[in-house]
Amino acid sequence: MAETTDDDKPLLKVEGLVKHFPIKKGLLQRQAGAVKAVDGIDFEVRRGETLGVVGESGCGKSTMGRLITRLLEPTGGKIEFDGKDITHLSTGGMRPFRRDVQMIFQDPYGSLNPRHTIGTIISAPFRLQGVEPEGGVKKEVQRLMGLVGLSPEHYNRYPHEFSGGQRQRIGIARALALNPKLVVADEPVSALDVSIQAQVVNLLDDLQEELGLTYVIIAHDLSVVRHVSDRIAVMYLGKIVELADGGKLYESPMHPYTKALLSAVPIPDPRRRSAKSERILLKGDVPSPISPPSGCRFHTRCWKATEICKTTEPPLLQLRPGQQVACHHPENFEDQAPQDTTLLAAAKEAAELVPEAERPAKTDDGDEA
Amino acid sequence: MTDLSKTGAAVGEPVRAAEAPETFLEVRDLKVHFPTDDGLVKSVDGLSFQLEKGQTLGIVGESGSGKSVTSLAVMGLHRLGNRGKNVQMSGEIWLDGKELVSASPDEVRRLRGRQMAMIFQDPLSAMHPYYTVGSQIVEAYRVHHDVDKKTARKRAVELLDRVGIPEPNKRVDSYPHEFSGGMRQRAMIAMALVNNPELLIADEPTTALDVTVQAQILDLIRDLQKEFGSAVIIITHDLGVVAEIADDILVMYGGRCVERGPVDKIFYEPQHPYTWGLLGSMPRIDREQTDRLIPVKGQPPSLINVPSGCAFNPRCPYADIPKGGITRTERPELREVGGRHFTACHLSQEDRTRIWTEEIAPKL
Repeated sequence: MAETTDDDKPLLKVEGLVKHFPIKKGLLQRQAGAVKAVDGIDFEVRRGETLGVVGESGCGKSTMGRLITRLLEPTGGKIEFDGKDITHLSTGGMRPFRRDVQMIFQDPYGSLNPRHTIGTIISAPFRLQGVEPEGGVKKEVQRLMGLVGLSPEHYNRYPHEFSGGQRQRIGIARALALNPKLVVADEPVSALDVSIQAQVVNLLDDLQEELGLTYVIIAHDLSVVRHVSDRIAVMYLGKIVELADGGKLYESPMHPYTKALLSAVPIPDPRRRSAKSERILLKGDVPSPISPPSGCRFHTRCWKATEICKTTEPPLLQLRPGQQVACHHPENFEDQAPQDTTLLAAAKEAAELVPEAERPAKTDDGDEA
Repeated sequence: MTDLSKTGAAVGEPVRAAEAPETFLEVRDLKVHFPTDDGLVKSVDGLSFQLEKGQTLGIVGESGSGKSVTSLAVMGLHRLGNRGKNVQMSGEIWLDGKELVSASPDEVRRLRGRQMAMIFQDPLSAMHPYYTVGSQIVEAYRVHHDVDKKTARKRAVELLDRVGIPEPNKRVDSYPHEFSGGMRQRAMIAMALVNNPELLIADEPTTALDVTVQAQILDLIRDLQKEFGSAVIIITHDLGVVAEIADDILVMYGGRCVERGPVDKIFYEPQHPYTWGLLGSMPRIDREQTDRLIPVKGQPPSLINVPSGCAFNPRCPYADIPKGGITRTERPELREVGGRHFTACHLSQEDRTRIWTEEIAPKL
C-alpha cells in the first residue's frame, strides 16, 4: 500500500510537532533548560488504520499521544485533524473535537474514579458533551458494556469490584461512548496478564472492524505492536527514526536502532536460543533528552556512525515504498552518505557488540524480505 | 523417605540428605497459606521441584498464581511483615542438604544473602533511598564476611565493574535515584552476587525494563551463572524470557504446578491446556501477523476459592472430555509423561496428543 494510492485525506496530520518541558531554576524560576520530549516529528494517520508507536521509555511516545489528543499544549508545529488545524485551540474550541478523539489509558486502576459507579463513568462523556443518546443514557451505556464484553447488569457496581482486564474494558467502553473517529491508546495492555492481554487485543481488533475506528497504539511491547498495527513508527529521543508498514519494518528494518530494538526482543522459541549471535546489544542507556546528541541522535550508540552522523541530522525520507527512515547509513539499503566512511570511535566500540554477520562493509541492496 | 542425617549440619559444611542425591535445591509438597479476614489464601498449595547447580529454572504463571510466594518461601522471607505473622507453611525445602522449612529464622538468615540471594522486580523500592549504592553492597558483604570497610568497598567496586556500571569507582558513592533503571537493576544484581551465592532467585528481573536493557540484563545473568556456576530460578510472565534463558520450565496455576519439564518439551510438546492457552495468547514477533490471538477465556481464579477438582476447569475448553465430571471433583496429580516432563491433567495421553497436534499447534 504505497502512499500515492491513498486518495483519501489522512485523518490526522502532524507536522514538525515539538514539545519542550521547561526546567526552571532558582528564586526567579528562570528557565535553565528544557526536556525535549518531542522534538520535531511528522506523520499522518490514515482513516481506518492502526498506527503503532514504539520506543524505549523516555523516547517521547506518551508525550506524543498526549499532544495529538491535545491534553498537552504543543510548543511548536502543527496538528491537523480531519482537515482542521487544532494546534492551539482553546479548551472551549476543543470541545467539539473531543467527541472525535478519545484516549484509552495504561493503568486501569488509576484512570477510573473509585467513587463512581461504572454507569456514571461510562456515561460521563454524554453528560460532558450534552448528548442525549437514543433510548436514554442507561440503555446506551448498557449497550456499550455489552459491546466490550461486560455484563450490563454490572451497571451499578464500582471499579474495585472488577479485575484489571474488566477495568480496561470499562475504559474502552468510555472511550467509545461518543463514537469517536480516532482512539489513542497509551499502553492499553501492558498492565494485564498474558491471557487477559490477548482478550483485550482481540477486543480492540473486533471493535475496529465493527465501528471502523482508527487507532494510534502506543506501546513498548514490540510483539503486541506487530500484532495490532498496520504501520509502525519507531521513536528515539523525541524523533521518529523509522516509519514503515508493519511487515517491512519487522522483516527488513532500515534504521540501525530499529534493528537493534527488534533483535533485543526475546523470542519464545528455545531452538533459536543460539540467537545470541544474532543479537545486537546496545551499550549503555538512552542519552538525556535535556541535551540530546548532535546530528543523528543515535550516533553515540550506533555501530555505523561516521562524521556526518555527528554533524548533520538525517531527514526522515521515504527510501522504499511504504518505508520512511532517518539515517545516513541505513541497513538493507544503499548508503545515503557513501563518501563518509571513517567510523567514529564510539561506533568502533559499539561494533564489537554487533555480531559478525551484521557488521557494516557489506553493501548489498538487501531486500531480505 | 528414609531418615535424614541432619546431625551437625553447619552452615559451612552441609550434609546431603540420603534420598536427595546430588540435587542442589529440592522443594517437596510446599504449602504456603495466609489466613485473612476473607478466608485462607492458598498461595502455594503443594508444589514440588528440583534444581541442580548451574541450571536455570523458569517459573511462569499469571499474577496470583503463587510464583512469587514460592520464591519468598525459599528465601525465608514469607514471614516478614504483619501479614506473615501467622502464615501457615508446610512441606520441605532442601538447599544443599539443609532443610529450610523447619530451620530457625536465624539459621535461614545466615544462609540468606550468602548461599542464596534474590533479585527483585523493582530496584527502586528494593534499594534504600537514603544510603549510597556502595554502602548497601558493603553492608551485604560485611554481614557475612568479617572484613574491614575498605576491603568490602573494594569488593563492591569490583562487582559494580563486573555488572557493567561505568566508572564504578565514582558510582559506588551514588544514591539509587542517581542511577537509571537499567543501572539500578545492575547494582541490585551486584548486591545479590557480592557473596557468590549458589542459588540466585530473580523475581521478574526485567519486567520494569526496556527491551534493549532487558537483553543486557539477561545476558549478564547468563554470563554470571556460567562464571559462578550458580543455580538460578527466574520468575516471569514472559515466555520469551524463559525460552531464552531457562533449562527447565515450571508452569504455575492457582498455587500449583500444572506442567513442568525441559524447555523444549514445554514449547514444542506442551501437555496442559493452560500451557496451550499461554502459548496461544502470546503475540509473536517472529511470525507473520496471524488473524487473532487465542486467549484463555475467563479470569484467573481467586486463591481463596480455588475451583474444586482441577483449578483450571472453569476456563478449560476440554474440561468435559474426561468422563464422569472428574475434572470438577478430583484434583489431578502431577504425572510423568516422558523424560522429566510432568503434567497435572485428567485428559488421557491420546486426547492430549490429538488436541495438541490437530487443534492447537497448527494455530500457533
